Amino acid sequence: MTDKQLRVSKIENGTVIDHVHGGQALNVLAILGIDGSGGEQVSIGMNVPSETLATKDVVKVEGRELSQDEVDVLSLIAPDATINIVRDYDVVEKHRVDRPENVTGVLSCPNHNCITNADEPVETRFAVLRDGVRCEFCGQIVREDIANHIGGE
Amino acid sequence: MRHDHLLTANQLTREDIELVLDRAAEVDANPASFGQRHAGTLLGLCFFEPSTRTKMSFEAAMKRLGGDVVDMGSIESSSVKKGESLADTVRVVEGYTDALVLRHPLMGAAKMASEFVDVPLVNAGDGAGHHPTQTLLDLYTVRENAGLDDLTIGIMGDLKYGRTVHSLATALTNFDATQHFVSPESLKLPRSVRYDLHEAGATVREHTDLEEVLPQLDVLYVTRIQRERFPDENEYHRIAGEYQIDAETLEAASDDLTVMHPLPRVDEIAPEIDDTDYARYFEQAHNGVPVRMALLDLLLEDSA
Repeated sequence: MTDKQLRVSKIENGTVIDHVHGGQALNVLAILGIDGSGGEQVSIGMNVPSETLATKDVVKVEGRELSQDEVDVLSLIAPDATINIVRDYDVVEKHRVDRPENVTGVLSCPNHNCITNADEPVETRFAVLRDGVRCEFCGQIVREDIANHIGGE
Repeated sequence: MRHDHLLTANQLTREDIELVLDRAAEVDANPASFGQRHAGTLLGLCFFEPSTRTKMSFEAAMKRLGGDVVDMGSIESSSVKKGESLADTVRVVEGYTDALVLRHPLMGAAKMASEFVDVPLVNAGDGAGHHPTQTLLDLYTVRENAGLDDLTIGIMGDLKYGRTVHSLATALTNFDATQHFVSPESLKLPRSVRYDLHEAGATVREHTDLEEVLPQLDVLYVTRIQRERFPDENEYHRIAGEYQIDAETLEAASDDLTVMHPLPRVDEIAPEIDDTDYARYFEQAHNGVPVRMALLDLLLEDSA
């Protein structure tokens, strides 16, 4: 199976997220809030050989075109990801993820004394720094293992 | 003031700080002229943690501006005990008052609360986060005694959890100040404050021993090392004892040294220092009223 086939051949309409670092595919879905309950057909390739990365993951979401804002948050865990919008089996748009200024409702704050971990009606909000993220409520900075903090309800 | 709320010291520019301190100096010079400035204004006090100085000085400040306060009281006697969220509490109290003062044990509480109200909200301490009004009165005291530029200040004690330290260190980056941080290894500044100081290009030095730096200081800001930060009682006594000052300690200091403390103190500063020219911590506490009068005056002026 060629790399091209792997990326696009089995999806008619939707989004292919390619060049995700090996092992991060499930985190990509978690960040995007895709858990299958919305009815989308989702396929995942994990630890696929890659020319640019040693191994990569590929996520294909059938029937849903993800917007730039939706995918930019992936830059936190998949900075090299490429986004392919597919219509009628053709890639009609291809773009990279950009680092957003902040991410809302995606990450939980690791500071147990942060107000966002209390039972309050507030979504988490993190400013995106050069080398990590920072809770906009308590100021906590997270640089390592950001994927461990996915889940910002 | 350009701000609707005062939440952290990070939001304060040099211009903001000087505006408040200059207004506080006007209050100090002629308190009577501010006596009816905010007649009929009600300030809501929401203290989810114990407080003596901060709460009383806000109350005194509002009353000396001609207004009054309504106090949520202790959480044991409030709806919080019934499980009410902070977001709901402040939205309710907002309807009774013209401005809110909030103290809460969780970091970021004031920031969150401010997103639910339209009246000015002042952070009076949020856990180990910030305490910006303490910083304003600290800066007022520093300016009166040593000046805020060409300043060499030592900040000693619990730098990790001390919210007055976090706010003061951040605010001082607006001035030409060299900051020496003196603490045990386990209570050094947290990563978030280091980040802010680094981003601001502040001149910062860290020490575990006050002797290394004491002779060059214009101001020594002492904070309390709390017993609960140490799992072992003996360890607490051994370490806390190294960060206490007495007359003998200060023999190595400049004659012009200003010693400050946000209070309450336990035994960080020996009582024998109280009557010396070094001691400015009671003056510092008294400055809480004119500085908070100035702050409330500016916030209410803009929200009117």
